[in-house]
This record gives sequence, C-alpha cells and structure tokens, in this order.
Amino acid sequence: MTDITTLDHVVIRFAGDSGDGMQLTGNRFTHDTAAAGNDFSTLPNFPAEIRAPAGTVAGVSSFQLHFADFDIRTPGDAPDVLVAMNPAALKANLADLTPGGILIVDTADFTARNLAKVGYATDPLTDGSLDGYQVFGIDLSGQATAAVTALGLGRKEAVRTKNMYALGLLDWLYDRPTESTLGFLRHRFASRPDLRDANIAAFQAGHAFAETTELFATRFRVAAAPVPSGTYRQISGNKALAYGLMAGAAKAGLQLFLGAYPITPASDVLHQLSAAKGHGVLTFQAEDEIAAIGASLGASFAGSLGVTVTSGPGMALKSEAMGLALMLELPLVICDIQRAGPATGMPTKTEQADLTQALFGRHGEAPIPVIAPASPSDCFDAAFEAVQIAIRYRTPVILLSDGYLANGAEPWEVPDLGKLPAIDPAFATAPNGPDGSYLPYARDSKLARAWAIPGTPGLEHRVGGIEKADGTGNVSYDPANHEFMVNLRAAKVAGIVADLPLAVADDPTGDADVLVVGWGSTAGPIAAAARSVRSGGRRVATLHLRHLNPLPGGLGEVLARYRRVIVPEMNLGQLAMVLRATFLVDARPYSRVRGLPISSAELAADLAAIIDEESHA
Amino acid sequence: MTTTHAAEVDRAEPATRPGGLGRVPLAVAPLNRKDFTSDQEVRWCPGCGDYAVLATFQGLMPTLGIKRENTVIVSGIGCSSRFPYYVDSYGMHSIHGRAPAIATGIALAREDLAVWVVTGDGDALSIGGNHLIHALRRNVNITIMLFNNRIYGLTKGQYSPTSKLGKVTKSTPAGSVDSPFNPISLALGAEASFVARTVDSHRAHLSEVLTAAISHRGASLVEIYQNCPIFNDGAFDGLKGPDSGLIPLRHGEPIVFGTDAMLGVVRRPDGTLAVAEVAEVGLENVVVHDAHRDDPTLAFQLSRLTDSGAIRTAPIGIFRDVERPAYDDLARAQLGGSSDPDQRLAELQGLITGPDTWTV
Repeated sequence: MTDITTLDHVVIRFAGDSGDGMQLTGNRFTHDTAAAGNDFSTLPNFPAEIRAPAGTVAGVSSFQLHFADFDIRTPGDAPDVLVAMNPAALKANLADLTPGGILIVDTADFTARNLAKVGYATDPLTDGSLDGYQVFGIDLSGQATAAVTALGLGRKEAVRTKNMYALGLLDWLYDRPTESTLGFLRHRFASRPDLRDANIAAFQAGHAFAETTELFATRFRVAAAPVPSGTYRQISGNKALAYGLMAGAAKAGLQLFLGAYPITPASDVLHQLSAAKGHGVLTFQAEDEIAAIGASLGASFAGSLGVTVTSGPGMALKSEAMGLALMLELPLVICDIQRAGPATGMPTKTEQADLTQALFGRHGEAPIPVIAPASPSDCFDAAFEAVQIAIRYRTPVILLSDGYLANGAEPWEVPDLGKLPAIDPAFATAPNGPDGSYLPYARDSKLARAWAIPGTPGLEHRVGGIEKADGTGNVSYDPANHEFMVNLRAAKVAGIVADLPLAVADDPTGDADVLVVGWGSTAGPIAAAARSVRSGGRRVATLHLRHLNPLPGGLGEVLARYRRVIVPEMNLGQLAMVLRATFLVDARPYSRVRGLPISSAELAADLAAIIDEESHA
Repeated sequence: MTTTHAAEVDRAEPATRPGGLGRVPLAVAPLNRKDFTSDQEVRWCPGCGDYAVLATFQGLMPTLGIKRENTVIVSGIGCSSRFPYYVDSYGMHSIHGRAPAIATGIALAREDLAVWVVTGDGDALSIGGNHLIHALRRNVNITIMLFNNRIYGLTKGQYSPTSKLGKVTKSTPAGSVDSPFNPISLALGAEASFVARTVDSHRAHLSEVLTAAISHRGASLVEIYQNCPIFNDGAFDGLKGPDSGLIPLRHGEPIVFGTDAMLGVVRRPDGTLAVAEVAEVGLENVVVHDAHRDDPTLAFQLSRLTDSGAIRTAPIGIFRDVERPAYDDLARAQLGGSSDPDQRLAELQGLITGPDTWTV
C-alpha cells in the first residue's frame, strides 16, 4: 500500500521539446486539478521559434502549474516537481527545481548524441549531478509506445502518446480525477478513433504504471480549496479580456469592432474574437498596426465599439491615431498586451515597461485613461470597465495587460451577464444647439461630448484632428480656445476619478512602516510575498493600483502615511517615477526585467530585509 | 416634396439595389447643392483646382438620390483633405495617410453609408501607400478621390511621389532623383476593381466619372489631375487644347483622340500599345476599350500611355470597372447571432461559460 502524503500546495513544471505537447499536457493536468477543487495558477513558457530544432535548449517548451488547498496568487517561483521529456528540457529547467524536488525524466532520449547536443559531457542521470533531487528515470517514450503498439499506429505517432503517458502517471501521483481528460481525449480525437484509443491507452497505462510500480513510495494529495459557491471554469488572461470586451459591447447594445494586426502575445485576442462572429463581433485583420486602430476608430465614428489589440511595438505605431481618437473624443479601447522590449525585445516574455508609453507616449497634451488588470480572470473585469469608461466619457482607453496575464490561467467564477450594469451609448438623436443646430462638442456633466452617428438626420457634422472650437467643433487656431480645450480634455480624463474607488492600503495590523505599491500583473507576486512576510511575523502594507490614469483618489494621503514606499515593477521604475512626480513621495523602485514574473520568494526576502532595516532606523 | 411622396419612394425601394449605393437609404425629398454646402468658409488658394472638384461634388451628390445623413467623407492630411469641412454631411478630417484605413472601418461597420475618401498624392501614395493598396486589394466599398497635383502643397512645395524626375523644389534644389508612381498602374497592380482618371477642369467628365465610381460596389479609385497654382502651376497644361494628348476612354468604343479624333491607340505586333494616325491604320485597327474585362492587362497598358515626366499624353476615363465581391459584404455575411439584446446576452453567457465548468 502506497503512503499518502498531504500537501497544501505543489508546483509542477512540464518541460519538453516544442513538439512534445507540453502545453496540452499542462492544460489537461490543470483541468484535472480544477476538477479536484484546488485553487490554481498556471504559466506557460514557450520559445518564440515555432519549430526550433528538435532536442535543443532553444526548442524547449514548458508549462508550470501551481495548485493548492488555499487561494494562491502566482504560478509559483520554483517547481517542486519537474517533468523533463528530454535532455534539453532537463538542462533548461533544472536550475529552477527546488532542492530535493521530484524529477521525472523520460530516459528514452538520453543518448550520447542528444546529451552532446545540449552540452552534457556526461549523462546527468548517472554522473551523480542529480543527487540532490528525487530522480525517477523512466522510459516514458518506450513504455507509451509499448502500450499502444497493439493499436496499429506508426512508430512516430505511437511515441507521441508519451505526453499522455506522463500525464496519467502524474494524475496518479497527485491523486487527480481522470474523467475530465478521458472525456477530452474522446472529444478531441473523435474523428481519429485510432489516435483517440492510443492516447487513452497511453494515459491509462501511465496511470496504471504509477500505481503498480514500486518506484513511488508515496502519492500526494492536495485538498480542495475553500472558495465561494458558484460555477467555475479555467480562464486565461487573453480569453478573459476578449470576453470582457464582448460583454461590454453586448451590454451597450453595440457591435464590437476589432481591428488588429497579428502580434505576440496579443494575437490570441484576435483569434478569440474572430471565432465569436455570432456574438455581435466583427474582426478586421488589418495591413498594419496603424490601419488596425484607424479602422477601429472609423467603426467607432460609425457607431460601433471600436477596439484594437496589440503589444508594445504596435502601441508605438498607433500613437498618432490615439491622439486623433482623443481629439475626436470617440470611444475606443486599446489593449496593450505588454512584452519585453524595446524594439522586438523578447516577444514571448513578459514585462511592464509600456506604462510610460501608455501614459505619455503621444505628442501634445494627450491624456488617455489607463487601466491594468491584476490577474488572468481580472482581465474580464478590467476590459468591461475599459468599455464603460470609453463609452461614458467618449474617450480612448488603454488596457495594459501583459504576457504573464495573457497566457496564465486560473479558476474563474463565471459571471452572470444579466447582473452586469447596462452601458448607455446615449447617441445624440436631436439638435442640441441654438436654432436647431447640432453642437458635436457640447458636453454633459462629465464633460463627455455628444455622439451623433452617421445616418442621424439633422446632426451632420465634421470632426478632425485640427483643434476644435469649443462647442461647434469647427477648426480653430484661436490661442485662448486651444488652451481652454487642452485643459478641458485633461479635466475630462481627470474627472473619471469620481467614478473610481478611493485608494485603500491592505494593512492588516494598521501600523506597518513599509507600503508595497504595485500595478497590473505584479498583484499576485506582491500578495504572495506579503503573505510570506506577514507569516514571518513582520508588518507590511500593500496597495494595488488598477487605475493608472487617473490615479485613484486619496492615493497621496495613503502614500504619505508610510515611512517607506516600495514599488515592485517589471520595468526600471516607471510607476515609482509617476508616484514621485505626482505626490512628492520617496517611492523606491524594485525592478526586475528578466522577462519573467517577479519572484514572490525573492521579493519576500527583500521586503523582510527592508522592513528590518526600517524598524532599526 | 411631401412626406407622402417620400413614403411611396421608400415603399418602392427594394431591400437592396445593385451597385455601390445599393444599401444606402434614398432621400425622402430631392436635395440640392446647398444641402451639401456647409457653413464653413472655403480656404484654398485662389485658382486652386480643389474648388472645381468641390463644386462638382456638391452638384453631383443630390443627383445620387441618397440621404445626405448617410454620406460620410473621410480625408487624410493635405490641402485637399480639408474637403470634408466644406460638405454638409458626416465627415472626418483624420491623420496623414490613414483615411483609407479609417474609411474601411466605417464601411465595414455600416453597409448603409456612402463612404468617400479624399486624399492627395502625398497622402495616398507616400505616407499612406500601404493603406491605399490594401483597401483596393480588399475591394472595400469605398470611393477614393485622389487629388494629384504632383507636389506637396500644404507643406509649401516639396516634391511628391508623382513629381517628375528632375523636379526642382525646395527639398530638391538640384532636381528630384525619385522616379514617380503612376497611380493608375499602381491601383491596377493592387487588384483594384474600379480605376479611373479625370481632370479638375473638365467638370462634366469629373461628375460622370465620380458618379460611376460611387455607383461601383467595391473600392473605386479616381485619380483627379488637379492644378496647384502656387507650387506646381500648369502641371497639366500639356493636356489642354484640341491637339493635346488627352485620351478619353469609353467602354466599347475605339480609343481615338486629338483634333477630329485623328489619332488612335493601336496594338503593335509585339503586343504593346502605340499611338498612330487613324487615317493610316484604319479605324478598324484602333483598340476598342473594354473596361469590364476581368484581365487587367489592357487597362495596365493604357495606363502606361501616361507620361511620367511633363504630362502631354494621358488617358482619362474609366480604365477598369469589373465586378468582384466587396470585402465588407463578405465580412458581414460571416456574421451571425441574434439582434435581440436579451438573446445576444444569453448566447454570450453560453460562450463565456464554456463546456468545461465545475460547480462548488
């Protein structure tokens, strides 16, 4: 009888060649984990090259999953378990594995030639270099092939079932329910019964092997996490973002028009929306980034909800059109799924270095509201809010997600769309000026201008990028009018603060010296680090900013209450600079620009040191 | 006109009519030039060719019979791009070169609009070249008026992508070393389904070509030779007078021109086109224009009769007018789903819930 060890959380990383199906394996394990009721957070990591040479470190693709019996906030810094499907995967990932961690290796590819290809002079499985880990060397490929030979597959197809064999093994080891994966395989390979049967056979063989072999002295159990009752699903950031945009458009009764140009890591939003054409969505793959935003702005002018989605390089190209959008004062949602820059940078790696570009990257005085989601599922809420603000205030809105949120996934309680607030596009339908005239730049109490769409008789008007005369919108070079309009556009965006919740720090003891301020996807690592710091008996406060422009009310007062303000960001201190400039506060950057999420363990250790230093000061 | 008459007009109107304006609602009462004249003072230089185009445009719009409020004019940047301000319809004066992209979004979002693009040689062929060729390739249902004055006017006289080689301007004091585009050849190469050329000073021709262009379903490009009296005056004077090399193209008719139509376009034995005296070659050997043929070779060959230096010979009229599915029609045909708001929300609820859920 195998022992059962109960754990509160586990981090597993599946790593293999790009063609080994590691993303699929990780996703299935995540589904099986969701079925077990755990909280989870996932992070895929894949090379930019679509098909890098097989067996090379450059071609390694991995998928990391963190699951627990409590609410977790990150996909985990270091894996407790590494599944390496070849020498390259071992080489690329071993350094991250926790000392003493479990290492499951497919030994099939550990030939002298393959080892040499990735720079191993000797076989790590036998040279003692893995002594610090619990190593399970198993011929996954060979055993999977053997399990499916009877089904008549070619050798190449047979060996490809090794990922399902590994999944079966892991499912047993972590006591995961298997129904979800079996159902998935039946559906996925419905048109190929041979592949369906082979993958199911491999999956079950892996499960049975783990159960019968005496290799594993213990299996592990992670209990379900307590969560509010409801219907849940797994959701990635890009999918949640697409759904949030669609929900916003539907609640406004507008067609969602997406203009986009393919770019990593934003293309998936284009794919999601393109597959949703039956849901009031029209997508347009433009000839370039500028055309993408231009067409979206045109669609907004025509009465749709214009949306464009891109990443940093595309943002740079769109900046002139963003200026036009704010001059025209039309709703437009601009989604920037940030990646490591500048220039091409590292397209598949994450970063938060577009904040200043989003805030200031236009010529002239060009304020645009900026919103940043904090987690993959929060992309839904942030996108919905971006639509609300864009329509309510007749303004472009920038949504700053990033590669980490885009591709990461977590459980999501599916919202009831009926309970989301309605959004009123409030099209102008009647003259609003003297003598039956229409004043396109007449404003309401929020300084939002009237929005009449083509086809509305009597409200014909012209808009344009040249400075508008207040009210009429006619071309104006009048110095006083320009100054008035510059201030008015600034006041309109600043005034959004009235709709936002006040800044509140999370300070459980109420007397912390150190405040950690974050924005966007650092929410998870900061929360995990703060939890760790507090469990160590130290006091720390946190504050997470969802709204970067305008900043929430009361922020200056909160910042002033702390002796030290630390701002962890995946950039060189962009928010810290804004806070310093805005509030004259000694906000200190905590910068990590490695293309990876900030490590919560590293941050926790650094925060502990800062807190100790502060308490001795 | 009374509203009773209007109702009759509406009832008589089929759901969609053929052509570029087929889904644009008809005006309930006749409109006139004044209806398309805004209250803004027109501010082009005295003698600018843009005045003639604007006047012609304001004259032809009422003849189309569509609702004024369903007309949208989008422009980029340049002298001609001020055009939308002077027409009392919906309009957008956008940013440099991007008007075709913006118009694409408008045409995609709304099938019930007549969408015009006003652009110039710098706007459309230099900074906005990419958008122009892709709008033509896609065959979006828009009509592009390309005002070609062969110079940058608004920035005060630099050479443009249609300026002749050797052109002396402020930015090319020793003469331009840039070879010019032939806009008609470019549009044909971009798979445009409607390509035409006209001249600012030929009002009837201008009106006829623009009417044909907006009536074409798909992207229409009309190059308008337009004189800039300040920075490139007389650029098209070589086309004036009875002996000029202005070659009018009329579908189904032999391509003849000049005084008493003495000259004609003929095909040489090697397949290329040449100009010959009709009396020498015989009218039966003059090439008959065919704007509707699917193969663009003849249209392209005709476009090459245009001088690239000082213009003394240039065909005008409709080079090509063929039917090809419009991008926006095809894109809209892929849309589905319910127009009922509650049903739309219910269907969306199903999508976001997805097949893989668990209940706690």
